[in-house]
Amino acid sequence: MDGKGTGRVGRARHRGRRAVLLACALLLAGPAAARTVTDARGRTVEIADTGRVVAIGGAVTEILYALGLADRIIAVDTTSLYPASALKDKPNVGYMRAISPEGVLALGPTLVVAAEGSGPPDAIKVLGSASVPFLVIPEAHDAEGVVARIRLIAEAMDVRPAGESLAAAVADDFAALAALRARITTPRTATFVLSAQGAAPVVGGSGSGADAILQLAGIRNAMSALKGYKPAVDEAMLAAEPEAIIVMRNGAGGLSDEALLALPAFAGTPAARAGRVIGIDGAYALGFGPRTPQAARDLAAALYPELALPALPPRPWAQGAGGGG
Amino acid sequence: MTRSATAGLAVCLTLLALAVLASLAIGPISIPPARVWEILWHAASGGMAQGRALREAVVVLDIRLPRTVLGLLVGAGTAAAGAVMQGVFRNPLADPGLVGVSSGAALAAVMWIVLGAPLAALLPTFVEGFGLPLAAFLGGLGTTALLHAIATRDGRTSIATLLFAGLAIGALAGAATGLMVFISSDQQLRDFTFWSFGSLSGATWARVLSCLPFMLGLFLLCGMLGRALDALALGEAEAFHVGIDVERSKRFAIAGVAAGVGAAVAVAGVVGFVGLVVPHLLRLAIGPGNRVLLPASALLGGALLLAADVAARTLASPAELPLGVVTASVGAPFFLWLLLRRRAALFG
Repeated sequence: MDGKGTGRVGRARHRGRRAVLLACALLLAGPAAARTVTDARGRTVEIADTGRVVAIGGAVTEILYALGLADRIIAVDTTSLYPASALKDKPNVGYMRAISPEGVLALGPTLVVAAEGSGPPDAIKVLGSASVPFLVIPEAHDAEGVVARIRLIAEAMDVRPAGESLAAAVADDFAALAALRARITTPRTATFVLSAQGAAPVVGGSGSGADAILQLAGIRNAMSALKGYKPAVDEAMLAAEPEAIIVMRNGAGGLSDEALLALPAFAGTPAARAGRVIGIDGAYALGFGPRTPQAARDLAAALYPELALPALPPRPWAQGAGGGG
Repeated sequence: MTRSATAGLAVCLTLLALAVLASLAIGPISIPPARVWEILWHAASGGMAQGRALREAVVVLDIRLPRTVLGLLVGAGTAAAGAVMQGVFRNPLADPGLVGVSSGAALAAVMWIVLGAPLAALLPTFVEGFGLPLAAFLGGLGTTALLHAIATRDGRTSIATLLFAGLAIGALAGAATGLMVFISSDQQLRDFTFWSFGSLSGATWARVLSCLPFMLGLFLLCGMLGRALDALALGEAEAFHVGIDVERSKRFAIAGVAAGVGAAVAVAGVVGFVGLVVPHLLRLAIGPGNRVLLPASALLGGALLLAADVAARTLASPAELPLGVVTASVGAPFFLWLLLRRRAALFG
């Protein structure tokens, strides 16, 4: 039973027996008041109670927090790194790609919201067929995708007005980002290196989240000839002549910037000559939640320092967001 | 040396030369073979390239040349080590993994990837890139030393004990590797997965030089062990009676294989099937005499690995196929064919 329902009962008692009866009728008719939303899998999910939510995926948690619904989250997954309080205050159900259905259901949720790509597939199947509504939020790699994610979560949580204002603000931020991008006259090229330890460096090709954030930041992906995240041949990476190497902040497979630039694949590139390695925060830049415009702006500012690109207007959901340092 | 042996060696040498040329001339960036030759000639006579020629020169001299030399060493070492193992174990299915090198190296590698970050931070920058290879090398060597100690009593090494203890240690190392995989992050898991399929990417002269002494040691050992392995093929007692120091030969063989394969795994990850398939193929073609088989295995192993690497970096270019995927997809069907033939011989 959710908080709103009991409140309705409480008020009704003061208005006499007819109202009490009406309230009871409303409560009994609870399931009829449930909303149905269509999720990323194209399934209709019927949601009656949004009081106890398990959030799986960093962007899901970020959006719920940005909608002011933090107190309805009963657990998050380990990719919910922002805001930092999420993992500190809430129990966690493990890594989003290694979810245990029992672990999630044991918490007694009334709704499970998971980002597309959560797994393993069997666990998702079990959760999808459990009696608890299970909503999958679609993959997003651009402004429309992020806004659609916000709208879907807001609709599922029955907070449409808050959702619309968040969606509008984020859309504004994306528009401001596009205006900044228009100031870039000669785009630079960069290679996103996911890891470079042990074997051929794994880089972000077209269709990857890394490619999407590069596009948003007005940077040309030097390795767009690849699809997804793939190990790349050293001489092809050299020939792509990236002007910057972009790595996750926790380092490309533990290598320092110097060691990375000394690899044969990068040693002769303009990036190595300029010593330009840009570290990004994975959750910030590759999460595709409400902070994405800020993340793209920070990345652009790091690669185009001479343009002195201004920061986007401050937003409560993007406070102290890790920049591209 | 018989005529067929000489011919066999000549064929292997020719294949190796062709593979070296292919490895230098073929890659995602197309450089005409004549240009490649010119660049090499130019570099050998101490000239410096400029402009567009400089970029081609960088590709040939700084990327393809060290990669080719590294591939040659790794392939030759792995195949020669396989031949030595098959001789010592007197079993055509033996491969260097039997003495625990690969499983130990894999465990050390995954431990370095998952837990090594604090250690890596302590290393000076110029050796940082060597953290993983060094860990893999020591892990492989340590595991073999442990196995050897288990299988040796009163100065005698029991090959049967070595085999069974090897299975147990391999399973144990596998379990520990699994545990590391379990606690690893996505990125660490990906690093380890690609490492365990092998790659010649990241080949530098420093890497070539770091594995060169171990490979030379292994090749030297192959030159010395030929007669001993031939005698061992008849049985340990028989070998002893023809004047072979059996225990010493076994000790040398195991140490040489562990160092050579350990170094190969360290610089290129685990490349499957070369050590098993190459000596086999040659035994069919030129006979079981180890004095020819060992050098021929080294030559053909180098040729096979280089050819596989050319395929790995061109088939999916600019993406790079894991090297082990190429060697195993050629090696495994061949191995099955070999088994079927043997079955026909056994039951027929």
